[in-house]
Amino acid sequence: MSTSTPSPLAGVASSDSTLRRFLHGLPGVDPVGLEARAAALGTRSIKTTAKAHAIDLAISMIDLTTLEGADTPGKVRSLAAKALRPDPSDRSAPMTAAVCVYPDMAATARAALGDADVKVASVATAFPAGRAALDVKLADVRSAVAAGADEIDMVIDRGAFLAGHYLDVYEEIRAVRAECTGHVRLKVIFETGELSTYDNIRRASWLGMLAGADFIKTSTGKVGTNATPANTLLMLEAVRDFRAQTGTQVGVKPAGGIRTTKDAVKYLVLVNETAGPDWLTSHWFRFGASSLLNDLLMQRQKLRTGRYSGPDYVTVD
Amino acid sequence: MASPNTAPGTGTGSASGHPDNAPGHAGSPFAYAPAPESRSVVDIAPSYGLFVDGEFTEAAGGKVFKTVAPATEEVLSEVAQAGEEDVDRAVRAARKAFEKWSALPGSARAKYLFRIARIIQERSRELAVLETLDNGKPIKETRDFDVPQAAAHFFYHAGWADKLAHAGLGPDPRPLGVAAQVIPWNFPLLMLAWKIAPALATGNTVVLKPAETTPLSALFFADVCRQAGLPKGVVNILTGDGSTGAALVSHPDVDKVAFTGSTEVGKAIARQVAGTRKKVTLELGGKGANIVFDDAPIDQAVEGIVTGIFFNQGQVCCAGSRLLVQESVADELIDALKRRLTTLRLGDPLDKNTDIGAINSAQQLAKIRELTGIGEAEGAERWSPECELPSSGYWFAPTLFTGVAQAHTVAQEEIFGPVLSVLTFRTPDEAVAKANNTPYGLSAGVWTEKGSRILAVADRLRAGVVWANTFNKFDPTSPFGGYKESGYGREGGRHGLEAYLDV
Repeated sequence: MSTSTPSPLAGVASSDSTLRRFLHGLPGVDPVGLEARAAALGTRSIKTTAKAHAIDLAISMIDLTTLEGADTPGKVRSLAAKALRPDPSDRSAPMTAAVCVYPDMAATARAALGDADVKVASVATAFPAGRAALDVKLADVRSAVAAGADEIDMVIDRGAFLAGHYLDVYEEIRAVRAECTGHVRLKVIFETGELSTYDNIRRASWLGMLAGADFIKTSTGKVGTNATPANTLLMLEAVRDFRAQTGTQVGVKPAGGIRTTKDAVKYLVLVNETAGPDWLTSHWFRFGASSLLNDLLMQRQKLRTGRYSGPDYVTVD
Repeated sequence: MASPNTAPGTGTGSASGHPDNAPGHAGSPFAYAPAPESRSVVDIAPSYGLFVDGEFTEAAGGKVFKTVAPATEEVLSEVAQAGEEDVDRAVRAARKAFEKWSALPGSARAKYLFRIARIIQERSRELAVLETLDNGKPIKETRDFDVPQAAAHFFYHAGWADKLAHAGLGPDPRPLGVAAQVIPWNFPLLMLAWKIAPALATGNTVVLKPAETTPLSALFFADVCRQAGLPKGVVNILTGDGSTGAALVSHPDVDKVAFTGSTEVGKAIARQVAGTRKKVTLELGGKGANIVFDDAPIDQAVEGIVTGIFFNQGQVCCAGSRLLVQESVADELIDALKRRLTTLRLGDPLDKNTDIGAINSAQQLAKIRELTGIGEAEGAERWSPECELPSSGYWFAPTLFTGVAQAHTVAQEEIFGPVLSVLTFRTPDEAVAKANNTPYGLSAGVWTEKGSRILAVADRLRAGVVWANTFNKFDPTSPFGGYKESGYGREGGRHGLEAYLDV
């Protein structure tokens, strides 16, 4: 829960201009090359024992998510039950990493999960737009923490970022960080689809890590473009380089649009060959997803039984 | 390729050499299980004859030689060794076929080329496995690069066949006649496509000699020609060694010589055909400079460096075998590069997750060993990732030389293996001077986020192809060829047509 800037980068955030100089001094990203590398890693062939391992690992990394206006306590309780026991027909299926809900549902989720090792993650800071006054955002965070959230998924102020007001974004993350008392971990959502360029995503990654993020997260799932292999690869490079420079490890969470086992396995390959095996645990890598879980369970059943049973043999939630 | 393959399997066990700490290997939390492509998808006959005038025939002298799988040293097949008599027969067949073939309307020739392209696509899995077995390169390269590119070359040139009058080469460019084509072992099928597609599109007929160590995909291609119904004698394929190639290029009834291979042999061919009417194109060696400026996109530059020198085990004439890195980012870049090299997976070329396959032949392996030995002796610092090599077959670990000076042998001579020489520079002028300071001039790469620098540097590099923020990218529409001792003439694109036309 360190909130001090790691020493090799001391002073970077002392003013808007030092922060700007640092972020704009990061190496550029060649989009064609980045996407080509992500696509090349996507051709890895993960079969048999490796696939079985990857499926269980992926299940254990899911932040099982419901973020709808129509969410009810009943819906959240059934999601929690699913997180605890994803496959009622097979107790060996691992639990998911967390359930991810809005702040007003955090208490319900907490109660439903009890003492089990499934975290309660709550979005906050006027998710998904983040367009609210700072004290409103901080109140949002406080309410989630008070309701028992283990993890806070905040959104950055994309408007400030795109306007070049990096220090404002930084200070806001620090302020949210300060509300994450006790063992609460902070995930910082960039909404990569709105940042638009890979250079921006790299700068946002470093900005978030400098400000004390425990996780950097691609997106809210509420805009057109969410997690992609390329933007996740780029963020994995950022956490790898950040640890090399500062000794501090930061997690990565791609969210939105990852729906199939095949996709999830590709992301695990990205982690394995970019940040490295140290990130291959639910402590350092998460999938923000909902429908992904059932596809993983169906593939898991197929590997175990040799038969593909179809969607009626897994629970809808 | 009809008879069943009776040769023992190239099991996955003998050729897997991942170090325990490599990602995806046992010992890491996420081990990639073996994912071998099935070799049973392709039939390899125990022996092959020469493909002359639409038929497979024995060599007149009855001589044969063996072709082996470089990854295991297993004998794959026995092929005929063509002698002078066979060369003469093949050239006569091509000459006879030329009359009708060249008289066909372009649209009719296009029909055959389109058909060949489609058959290559349809049989791509067979071709990929065959090429990987005979050459030793990873299946992911044959599957994703060699075979699709070969098909693309036939498609592209099929499009030109009826539009030659609009190629900017005069109103009615005429074919030359019989083309003698000698190709190397590094991209056996693709080099065949680079040679045969433009020759046929422009109305020439062909006698092609594949490399001694990699004849099988060319013989497979002979079968593709038959399947496409290509008229007899338009394509003839003679297997053999250097003496076959020499007999072919010196045959008096050959009108055009096209060679891809070493500068040494290229010079010999140039001498041989000097003073004759034969038109010549040579695509020879290289010592490509990959120049990384301090404002480069570093992560992508690392990928480009890896692609530049470890693609096809560095057995690429246009490989980026010299890395010129600006001194101010050298340490950072070399660290990143070393970290990346530890993730390369060397082993069974048929495994879909293999990045680095086998060296093509014992002879080539010996040459790489000799030159890297000299590099070490001359004082360059040698580094390889921890890398267990398979016990049989021809293998060489990815290797870096740092602290290399322009005067070192490893900065001057083409190694043609997975060996990168790293040099540093201080200013753009110095980078250009060092990049150009070689008898070769085939390829170069420039890495910078600054567009004006790309243009300014590319303008001053004496290399046939200059890649900007990428490396080893190919396309049939783009002409390829060298400056200086890297040869002359261009292949691909509109320029490549000219080499096969009387304009």
